[in-house]
Amino acid sequence: MALPPYTSTLERIWFYTFRTICGLVFFFLIAPLVVIVPLSFNSVPYFTFTPEMLAFDPAGYSTRWYQDFFTNLNWQGAVKNSVIIAFFATILATALGTLAALGLSRAHMPFRTTVMGLLISPMIVPLIISAAGMYFFYSKVGLQGSYLGVILAHTALGTPFVVITVTATLVGFDHSLTRAAASLGSSPAHTFFKVIVPIILPGVISGALFAFVTSFDEVVVILFVASYEQRTIPWQMFSGIREQISPTILAVATILVCVSVMLLVATEMLRRRGERLRGLSPA
Amino acid sequence: MSAVSPDTPAMLTTADGAPLKVSFDRALRRSRLKALALVLPLFAFLLITFLVPIGDMLLRSVENQLVGNVLHRTVKALDHWDQGSGELPDEEAFAALVADFQEGRENRTIGRVGVRLNYESGGMSSLFRKTGRRAKRITEAPFREAMIKLDKRWGNLDVWRLIKRESDAYTASYYLSAVDMRFIADGSIARQDENRQIYVRLFGRTLWLSLVITVLCLLLGYPISYLMATLPVRTSNLLMIMVLLPFWTSLLVRTTCWIALLQQQGVINDLLVWVGIIGEDNRLAMIHNRTGTIIAMTHILLPFMVLPLYSVMKTIPPSYLRAARSLGANPFTAFVRVYMPNTVAGVGAGSILVFIIAIGYYITPALVGGTSGTLISNFIAHHMQVSLNWGLAAALGALLLAAVLALYVLYDKIVGIDNMKLG
Repeated sequence: MALPPYTSTLERIWFYTFRTICGLVFFFLIAPLVVIVPLSFNSVPYFTFTPEMLAFDPAGYSTRWYQDFFTNLNWQGAVKNSVIIAFFATILATALGTLAALGLSRAHMPFRTTVMGLLISPMIVPLIISAAGMYFFYSKVGLQGSYLGVILAHTALGTPFVVITVTATLVGFDHSLTRAAASLGSSPAHTFFKVIVPIILPGVISGALFAFVTSFDEVVVILFVASYEQRTIPWQMFSGIREQISPTILAVATILVCVSVMLLVATEMLRRRGERLRGLSPA
Repeated sequence: MSAVSPDTPAMLTTADGAPLKVSFDRALRRSRLKALALVLPLFAFLLITFLVPIGDMLLRSVENQLVGNVLHRTVKALDHWDQGSGELPDEEAFAALVADFQEGRENRTIGRVGVRLNYESGGMSSLFRKTGRRAKRITEAPFREAMIKLDKRWGNLDVWRLIKRESDAYTASYYLSAVDMRFIADGSIARQDENRQIYVRLFGRTLWLSLVITVLCLLLGYPISYLMATLPVRTSNLLMIMVLLPFWTSLLVRTTCWIALLQQQGVINDLLVWVGIIGEDNRLAMIHNRTGTIIAMTHILLPFMVLPLYSVMKTIPPSYLRAARSLGANPFTAFVRVYMPNTVAGVGAGSILVFIIAIGYYITPALVGGTSGTLISNFIAHHMQVSLNWGLAAALGALLLAAVLALYVLYDKIVGIDNMKLG
C-alpha cells in the first residue's frame, strides 16, 4: 500500500510511525521464539549469549543439548508418552466429536444451545479446575496415574475443538444431498462415507489437529492426573524449569517450534484446500 | 389450502392411511431421536470423564462428614447440650469423646479431624494429636476431670462449640475462608484476622492482572489487526503467520523463551548492560515477579485478541473511511467516529476471551510469577498439592468457575457460541 502523492507531511509521519509500531508488535510476537534457536546451540549451560557466541567462534557453539535430548531416557520416555497419549486421545476425540457435531447440526436437535454449551465446557472451564476435579475423581476410581486416565482426560479436553470445527463445516450443509443419495438407493452408511465425509473432512482434520495439539501441549491436567510413568514432554519441561534448568529445555523448545511451523503449514494448506473445494476463492 | 377441492376428505392422510399430522409428528420424533443418538456418546463420555468429576469437586467445598463420622459418639452426646448455657457438656459427652478418641487413634483418623478443625481454629491439630496419644490411658470415670487434666483446653467452651458446629454434614466454612471470613466462637461470622486475609486480595490481584493483560493485548493487537485487515491479502497472510506461529507453539516453549530473555543473566539484561542503559550491578528484576507474569501472559494471549479483531475488521468495507473523509472528516475523526464503532464486536469478543483465559491461568504464573505474580489458580494448586486443604481448594475453584461462567455468558451474548472460530 504505497502512499498517494497528495498526502500531507503529518499523514506521512503518522504512516511511518504506525508501520513502526506494528513492526515492533510483530517483533514482540516472533523474537522470543527466534532467540532461543541460537541459544540452544550454546556450548555452556547458560541461558544467554556468551562472548564466544557473539564472536561467532565455533567453540561457542555445540550440539550437546540436542545430544542430551536424544540420549536422555527421561526425555525419550516423555516423547514416546506424548505421542501415544496424543494419538489415542485424538482418535477418540475426533470420533466422538464428529458424531456429536453431526447430531448438533441436524434440523430437529432438541435443547441445542444447552447441549452445545455442555459439550464445549471443557474448553471454557479453567484447566486448574478441570485438573482438580479429575484428580479427585480419577483417584477415587483408580485411574489416577494410569495411561487410560490421562488419555480419557485429554480426550475430554480435545472434543470441544472437534465439535466446533466440524459444526462450522456443516453450516450451510445442503441436507437434500443426503436425501438425494438415499433416493438413489444408497444405504445410510454408504451415504455417510461417500457424501457426508468428503464434505466435512477438512473440518474433521483440522479438529483432529486441534485435539492433537491440545493433548500434546497440555500440562496442567497432566501434572495432576499423571505420574512419572506417564510423563509427557510438557510435564518434563515443567519439572525441568522448576528444578534444574538446563539448556536441553531450549533444544526441546527449538524442536517444538519447528514442529509448530510444520503444523502451521499443514493447517494453512488445509484451509486453502477447503476454500477451493467450497469455491470461496479462485485457485 | 385453496387448491383442495370440496370433495377431498377433511383429513389428509399419508399413503399408509395414517393421518398426516400423526405421521408428521412421528417423523419429527424420529428425527429428534436420531440427532440425540448422535450426540449421546460424547455427552455420556463427557459426563463421566469431565462433568461428574467437576461436580464431585464442587461438592467437596461444602462436604464435611469427617468430624461427624469420627467423633460420632461425641456428636450424638452433644445433641442435647445447650451451647448457649455457658456450661461444659456433661460427663456422658466426655465419656463419648474418650471412646471416640480411642477408636480414632486405632483407625488413625483422629489426626485428620485435628487437621480439619485446625483450619477453623489454630492449635486444634496439636490438641488432637496430644489427646490422641494419651486418651487410651483414661479408662474410668470421671472422664471430664481426666480430660481437662490431660489438657485444660477440653475445659474451654469454644472447643466444644467448634466440634458441635463442624459436626454437620455440610459446612459453609470453606467458602467463608475463601472470602477471608470465619466463624467465631459463638457461631457468628466475622472477618479473618488482618494477617490471614489473603484471598480477597488474591482475587483482586487476579482480576487486576487479567485486566492489565487484556488492555495490553488490546493496545498491541488493535494496530496490527488493523494493518492486516487493510493490507492486500497476500501480504496480510504472511503477517498472519507471525501471529499464528506463537499461537501454535507450545505454551511451555513460549514461557521458556521469556525465562531466557527476562532473567537477571538473560538476554535483555545483557543487552541493556552492553548498551550502557543500566549498570552491571543493577540489572532489572523482570522475572519471578508481577512484571514477568504480565509480559509473558500478554505475549501468550495476544493471538487470542488478534484473531477475533482481525476477523471483524476484515468485514468493514474500506469505502466507509473514504466516505467519511470525502464528507470532510479528518483522518483521526474518520477513524474514531466511523471505523472504531464498527470494531466494537471484535474488541468485546477478544477482550472477554483474553480475560476469561487470563483469570484461570496457572502454568505461566507458576513458572515466572514468583510470589507477587501468582494468581488464584496457583493457590488452588497449592492447596491441592501442598497444604492438602482440599475443601478450601474446591471453594476457591468454585468461586473462580462462577466468575468464568458469568463472563462466558457475556461472551455468548456478544459473540454467540456458534460463531466461535478457531485458528
